[in-house]
Amino acid sequence: MPLARLIPCLDVSGGRVVKGVSFVELRDMGDPVELAQYYSDGGADELVFLDISATPEGQQTMTSVIEKVADVLEIPFTVGGGVRSVDDAARIIESGADRVSLNSAALSNPSLISAIAEKFGSQAVVVAIDAGDGVVHTHGGRNATDIETVAWAIEAASRGAGEILLTSIKMDGHRQGFDLELTKKVRDAVSVPVIASGGAGSAEHVAEALRITDAALVASIVHENPAGLPGLRKEIEACGISLRPTRI
Amino acid sequence: MSQVVVVDYGAGNTRSVRAALRHLGYDSVVSSEPHLIRSSDFVLLPGVGSARSAMAHLNSTGAEDALRDRFSEHGPILGICLGMQLALEHSEEDGGVSGRGLLRGKVEKMQIDRVPRLGWSVVEPWNEAFYFAHSFACLSEDVVATSEGITAAIHRGSFLGVQFHPEKSGPAGLSFLEKCLSPA
Repeated sequence: MPLARLIPCLDVSGGRVVKGVSFVELRDMGDPVELAQYYSDGGADELVFLDISATPEGQQTMTSVIEKVADVLEIPFTVGGGVRSVDDAARIIESGADRVSLNSAALSNPSLISAIAEKFGSQAVVVAIDAGDGVVHTHGGRNATDIETVAWAIEAASRGAGEILLTSIKMDGHRQGFDLELTKKVRDAVSVPVIASGGAGSAEHVAEALRITDAALVASIVHENPAGLPGLRKEIEACGISLRPTRI
Repeated sequence: MSQVVVVDYGAGNTRSVRAALRHLGYDSVVSSEPHLIRSSDFVLLPGVGSARSAMAHLNSTGAEDALRDRFSEHGPILGICLGMQLALEHSEEDGGVSGRGLLRGKVEKMQIDRVPRLGWSVVEPWNEAFYFAHSFACLSEDVVATSEGITAAIHRGSFLGVQFHPEKSGPAGLSFLEKCLSPA
């Protein structure tokens, strides 16, 4: 298997990186292009950008952010948030993103997964699952569906998803560690790689996740101290996880 | 400064590879014009699109014949991912596609635990980590580098193909591209 990946996630709204406090107040965290470059220099293996504006104007702004990021970034990046059609995915990939991440739209229209995979390849399609109490949730984790998490992961992969981005609603934002049990259950059920998300509060938490899965998504732990990324990588490696050798 | 042609398959994203070239100080143009492919200093086949539609586009534009001519005249060509796979004789992708056959070998779906194979992996004997994102891999007698036992690079004459994405592999990828381009 390739080396474990550490993936900072940036929420973008109105062309700025924002950080939500209890889902309401959004704090400005800076310019996405600058922050992306900074994380790339600090050894991020990949980046995820989530467009949380979900408005037509927001989409246009996002397209220009993607183009600017693609012009400076020499690591892969995924873009999600409001991807509802093959055209949305095409716009994102043609603007320079490597992969798109689907969430609610894939649930209401599962054939969207295969349609995008056929056009751009499975490696370009990530299906994001917000999981809680054994079932998939929509609308940023607020609405529970009756779809079972593991069953949905299996279906998404069989329809052409090249990776599952699995967020535990219970653990998200609490910085008490990832939901390892859920991550293991989903990863054992599918044959595509799985990114664990939600709950990273320390290097040890990330290492725990990377012992059982392919990649870990991190947000506040890096956003609070962007300069600390190289140090975080060293600490994760000290826990016995091999990350890619970086030249800094 | 010499010019690089990034070959157009009629689909997908060539922005990243052009950004990497620009970063290294190379001017590039995206084209499937046969005369440009024959005469430019360097030709790069990017890793975007599906095997069948890319091959169909190359055939219909005359780019395919121009690539063969370029190879027989020893003009340097770098193929990335799909751009490498199409240089072999046959690919299993998209229900079976005939390749260019510049190098002997074939492309098969990988039989490994997790597909697609996504992430950074150390390439030997170069001892450098690059980014991979693929479901198919090359089987060829012209393999010059591997990662985890999987073909990472093939080389014959003026053609070099790599499975990884140098344009997505940070400083290691940029140095690799620079080395490839330096005679150009």
